[in-house]
Amino acid sequence: MSLQQAPVSGGMTDALVDIHPLSPDDAPRGAKKHRHWSDYVAPVIGFGGFIGFWYFMSYWGLKHIWDKPGFLITSPHRVVNESFVDDVSRKALFSGLYWTARVSVEGLIIAIVVGMALAILMSQARWLERSIWPYLVAMQAIPILALVPIIGSIFGFEIPSRIFVCVLISLFPIVSNTLFGLLSADVGQHDLFTLHHVSRWTRLVKLQLPNAMPTIFTGFRIAAGLSVIGAIVGEIFFKRGDKGVGILLDSYRSRAQFPQMYGALILAAALGIAVFIVFGWLNNLVVGRWYESTRKSG
Amino acid sequence: MGDVGAAPALSFDGVSMVFPDGTHALRETTFEVRAGEFVTVVGPSGCGKSTLLRIASGLTHATSGTVHVEDRNVGYVFQDPTLLQWRTVQKNVELFAELEGVDKDERARRAAENIALVGLNGFETKYPKQLSGGMKMRCSLARSLVMDPQIFLFDEPFGALDEITREKLNDELLSLFQRKGFASLFITHSIYEAVFLSTRVLVMSARPGQIVGDFTVPFPYPRSPDLRFEPEFAELSGQVSHALRGAHV
Repeated sequence: MSLQQAPVSGGMTDALVDIHPLSPDDAPRGAKKHRHWSDYVAPVIGFGGFIGFWYFMSYWGLKHIWDKPGFLITSPHRVVNESFVDDVSRKALFSGLYWTARVSVEGLIIAIVVGMALAILMSQARWLERSIWPYLVAMQAIPILALVPIIGSIFGFEIPSRIFVCVLISLFPIVSNTLFGLLSADVGQHDLFTLHHVSRWTRLVKLQLPNAMPTIFTGFRIAAGLSVIGAIVGEIFFKRGDKGVGILLDSYRSRAQFPQMYGALILAAALGIAVFIVFGWLNNLVVGRWYESTRKSG
Repeated sequence: MGDVGAAPALSFDGVSMVFPDGTHALRETTFEVRAGEFVTVVGPSGCGKSTLLRIASGLTHATSGTVHVEDRNVGYVFQDPTLLQWRTVQKNVELFAELEGVDKDERARRAAENIALVGLNGFETKYPKQLSGGMKMRCSLARSLVMDPQIFLFDEPFGALDEITREKLNDELLSLFQRKGFASLFITHSIYEAVFLSTRVLVMSARPGQIVGDFTVPFPYPRSPDLRFEPEFAELSGQVSHALRGAHV
């Protein structure tokens, strides 16, 4: 990166030391973002197209292309009316959203604490990494469905089991991203710390962890999305206790309440998107000022 | 400076280095750097010049021979600026003082002083990604200056910079050298940089590295940037270059 910047500004800004100090305004900066009008219009066109396609499939497509009744794809306004305008459905759906969100956030927090602790442990010694890593990979490979009877027998068929599913499903990206970040600090930067005979703890806290922040946040973002999926999948198997979006989806399906089913789907998607946005925002807050992404944002 | 009777700040006596993979990096290397001396080592790439500095700093241990360093407080400026991306200029310059347990106010004061010394005032709150290559190197220099070392090790610090910036930083380094009077061991592959900066230029052979030439540079300090165009400068550079070509064989 120094190679890229030097020709642009090196000669211009490097004034002689004692004569005139450099002006902060001369420092090179990332190019300012210019918003083109199409940046605003494109999403609107996209949304219009999406709704149009939805109506098209509902009133004509499903019937004439697949010879299936149109109500299987309920039209958008009916979905809104029967899911979100109707008092009973709305209450049920938003209560479901609350429980699903709560389960996925609790699972995510546990996964973050456990995952980061495991990654930090593994970063401290090669033998620890070699003894723990295979089990994480194995855990990743086992389908949740196969574990349902065991999880159910141990944690019961209520909320704790759903939280456990969230932890299982979101742990891996946190561990792998954190570990990768911790181990990827520059050799030269490590030398700086070695020269000053610092403790492992100092090296971890002042070099490895800050260096890992961008990849850790990427891991959080992936894990958060998975945790939402985990909460909904968990509800399909562990139905006792408070009803989340996944349970509602299943019961609307069994009662053929298609408008409400689409409503539940919309909420599930909205939750996933919200989580994604929140973690993107957190990432910008923590590392946005200093982190130089190789990809231009936009 | 250049006090001939001064005690060696750093000395290598018959130092050899063989890496575990069998690479023979240094063979029976002997030389010393006296207090107030600016010694530069030039040599073909991969001849073990950097290994010399890593041994002097204690980052690597020699296979045989003795290394004596007068003061453990050694400044080490790497080829890359190795700034911590998540720290501002101010916090980067404070790093070594922080690692050595210097208290907060004192390290802030020392950092401010040295930031001014390398001409980075006004950039205290900037992050490394906002700096040019030359500015990053200045920041790296200030970071080492904070500990006020009596011995400085430089590992091709200006190698990645364009020529204009490099010459400017050479001039500034000399003014720091005169002001602070530290002993320097400087590695470069530029003959002109070596002659311009040093009181002595050592020529190193290809791997396994060995000192095969030792030139005293007679030009007094302060040295004007125009020294680079004097006939005596060219003549001495020619001699170093000749020794270096011999070293390749």
